[in-house]
Amino acid sequence: MASLITCPHCGVRPKEEFSIRGDASLVRPAPTASDEAWHDYVYVRANPRGRTLEHWQHVAGCRRFLVVERDTFTHEVHSVTDGAVFARENGR
Amino acid sequence: MRYSAFSIVKNALSGNLNWKPQWRQAEPKSHYDVIIVGGGGHGLATAYYLAKEFGIKNVAVLEKGYLGSGNVGRNTTIVRSNYMLPGNEPFYEFSMKLWEGLERELNYNVMLSQRGVIMLYHSDGQRDAYIRRGNAMWMEGVAAELIERDQLKKMIPFLNYDHARYPILGGLLQRRAGTARHDAVAWGYARGADRHGVDIIEHCEVTAIRRENGVVTGVETTKGFIGCGKLALAAAGNSSRVGEMADLKLPIESHVLQAFVTEGLKPCIDHVIVYGGGHFYISQSDKGGLVFGAEIDGYSSYAQRGNLATAEHVMEEGVTMIPGLSRVRVLRSWAGVMDMSMDGSPIIDRTPIDNLYLNCGWCYGGFKATPASGYCFAHLIAKNDTHPVARALRLDRFARGYAVDEAGAGPQPNLH
Repeated sequence: MASLITCPHCGVRPKEEFSIRGDASLVRPAPTASDEAWHDYVYVRANPRGRTLEHWQHVAGCRRFLVVERDTFTHEVHSVTDGAVFARENGR
Repeated sequence: MRYSAFSIVKNALSGNLNWKPQWRQAEPKSHYDVIIVGGGGHGLATAYYLAKEFGIKNVAVLEKGYLGSGNVGRNTTIVRSNYMLPGNEPFYEFSMKLWEGLERELNYNVMLSQRGVIMLYHSDGQRDAYIRRGNAMWMEGVAAELIERDQLKKMIPFLNYDHARYPILGGLLQRRAGTARHDAVAWGYARGADRHGVDIIEHCEVTAIRRENGVVTGVETTKGFIGCGKLALAAAGNSSRVGEMADLKLPIESHVLQAFVTEGLKPCIDHVIVYGGGHFYISQSDKGGLVFGAEIDGYSSYAQRGNLATAEHVMEEGVTMIPGLSRVRVLRSWAGVMDMSMDGSPIIDRTPIDNLYLNCGWCYGGFKATPASGYCFAHLIAKNDTHPVARALRLDRFARGYAVDEAGAGPQPNLH
């Protein structure tokens, strides 16, 4: 269940300590990218039913941005990664 | 069968054995002029108005579960038109007017109760914001009243007026707003549509949308292929899933919203009361249960069940506003999947595919919009032209820079 999130820095913590920013699969376009690319980034969402990546900020803990891999149907949490680590691993 | 006092007496005398089902259990034909995906309030209302107002009677409504199993049966039954923005208010007021005539229109008791919706304010700034909203309503011809603290104390004596953090200073009242029996709305529209020849096909899930030469030719379903002239999507929380079948990418995120009902009490809450310190709203059903809800859970979800932490938060808000609530026992809670849009306002529009129409993005305001949503969507499908009151609710408004952002929260679906 998404009631408990295992923060890589703080351990198992209740969901209320986190602020949810939303879809983490989106990649920010270059400043010079087209209006369409920016529109898709800002407004369009894949909204999957199943596994999804989300940015959660641990506001009542380490204040780090985390990437939570979660199932939107079962609410199961598959993994929690520090945002900077996730970005490095995915070449962003 | 037309319902009347006479029909009640007649059927009572024959032991209530001769009532007919309210709609047929239709099996799909091979082709329809219009197929509507989603047998919730909006889909059924669309079918009803298509057949009744726009003369398109060869219509099917496909519902993957049983009729009314989605959000139309999962809301807190509030109907109101106290919006602020010019893109929203005429639409919701059109809906409110349809509500006021709905029982006669459908020959069905939807138990519309115009008991008044009052939104409380807790600070001078919030009072100013509500005055502004009330003025915006008046600009569209909708009555709003500012109720100051002394008057409010006489109306609703049991509120926590002297709370240290959120003292209650007054409220903005829309007297014509209130509640309606949500299931009856779905059943009434279903019966009305059925009487005009619409096929309502339950337990029929759309699995694919077939396209040829860039236009939709029909849908693959669990009951086989069904051809159509026009396809209309009214799938609420599953809009992204259905849209994906036609390669549509939507400005929608699905979120879960909970609602609660307590044990039955004697009449005690006469209005719909909306807390301004959070987002808590409560009313009393005709059966006596207190029906209430608050915010969405916060994370995107397709599960029709909520999180306990949110349930606790909702109860805390309720008790902060009405301390007496702490003595009441909650009977049931449930949740629905909301199609949260990127600006908190809905979408009723054509799509890039010529004969595919879209109705989604209702966030948690879908129930009150049911009649107008159905009417405007039917207008769009029948005439291929947007209804005047739905002019602002276009799919491409984000790209054009005309978001209708009532909350001013930006493109962040979990904040609307």
